[in-house]
Amino acid sequence: MDLVRIATEYYQYFLQGTRTTILVALVTVLLGSVLGCLIALMRLSRVRVLNSFSRLYITVIRGTPMLVQLYIVYYQLDFLPYPDTTVLGVDMERAIPCIIALSINSAAYVAEVIRAGIQAVDIGQTEAARSCGMTAAQAMRYVVMPQAIKNILPAIGNEFVTMVKETAIIQYLGVGDLMYNNGIVINATYNPLPCYYISALIYLALNICLGKGLNIFERRLQRSER
Amino acid sequence: MSGEVLFDVRGLRKSFGALEVLKGISETICRGDVVSIIGPSGSGKSTFIRCLNLLERPTGGQIFFEGQDITAKGFDVNRHRQKVGMVFQQFNLFNNLTVLENVTISQEKVKKTAPAAAEEKALDLLGRVGLADKAAAYPAQLSGGQKQRAAIARALAMEPDVMLFDEPTSALDPEMVGEVLQVIRSLAQDGITMVVVTHEMAFAQKVSSRVLFMDEGQIVEQGSPAQLFEHPENPRTREFLSKVIHVI
Repeated sequence: MDLVRIATEYYQYFLQGTRTTILVALVTVLLGSVLGCLIALMRLSRVRVLNSFSRLYITVIRGTPMLVQLYIVYYQLDFLPYPDTTVLGVDMERAIPCIIALSINSAAYVAEVIRAGIQAVDIGQTEAARSCGMTAAQAMRYVVMPQAIKNILPAIGNEFVTMVKETAIIQYLGVGDLMYNNGIVINATYNPLPCYYISALIYLALNICLGKGLNIFERRLQRSER
Repeated sequence: MSGEVLFDVRGLRKSFGALEVLKGISETICRGDVVSIIGPSGSGKSTFIRCLNLLERPTGGQIFFEGQDITAKGFDVNRHRQKVGMVFQQFNLFNNLTVLENVTISQEKVKKTAPAAAEEKALDLLGRVGLADKAAAYPAQLSGGQKQRAAIARALAMEPDVMLFDEPTSALDPEMVGEVLQVIRSLAQDGITMVVVTHEMAFAQKVSSRVLFMDEGQIVEQGSPAQLFEHPENPRTREFLSKVIHVI
């Protein structure tokens, strides 16, 4: 069978690509979440400038293709002095602009998930906290956020899974991720179908692991708070 | 029987967009008063009481609390709210915290009371509202009546100068109304100043020192319970009372 033959013969390409994909996805998810939190807080803020900025940000990011965003970030930020090194076999000069672009994209979606999760907490909770003399920040920290987390987690897990898959577009900038190396193997074997099956299985395996991890986290959170 | 003036409300107005809900309310509430506010729904009772701790921002008029204009710019709202306890129709217990934590959290975070002292006070208050055995429970495990009693303990924990009750029994099953009213009544007997928006006419009649009847954003009539319930002067008061008291 071609699939088994290609997998055993070229497994190093697939492994290397997978490592890059994991690394880029991991950093993107972390950066995207932090940035997304900031955007969400700005979106909920009553300061006009912050609110307008975050609205604009979300509209633009959600309204344009990620591939276009990737190219724009790449060319727009080409003046930045990216480090000319490799980390865990990943070429930083090419990977960093990709990570920036993907994080900017992910942040918009994460921000909307967080905002929805916070707004789903009954306004009465905030009113009760404020009526006890808590500041807006205290009410958010001790009362609203702990409840919002439970709304946010399932949806944010979804966003993480999406991000792992979406990293596939960074091949267009020549980053040696799974799809890029997949292309190399296709060129060597002239047999694309088994290669795509192998890559599909790898993405699937990654996301099943990610899903399991998020489930465990969610369950632990529910146990502590009911 | 009234002590020093706590709230002095002057020409209070509140609009939501084009809708004017409060059309100039003037009223004083003194230490030791137990004031019930009755009236048809939509008459502005809840909005009025929510203005007293600035959950709603008045759009006109002034409210003085212990001599200070709470509607003035730069007024410390959070400090004010520590002195004004609030109990809501929907209880609004913090769902992520146990009953005990509900009563300790604002003591610890707002008043900076030491955890041990806060807990002692909380247990004492929970005992007072008959919930000592529910300290470790989460709000989701309580009945409506228990939730409301816990919410009363939470508000009392800040040692407020006045307690506001916004229809505290309206969301309760009928058999649980009594236990909550009992607690409120015992607070009244302890001399705690309170303002109660209520539909429980018997309660208003028995417990209040004064009753306000509101309709269409104004206080139409007010007086002692005996006066207002037995000899209402205003035709609108009479009409309202005839509807709510002699049902069936």
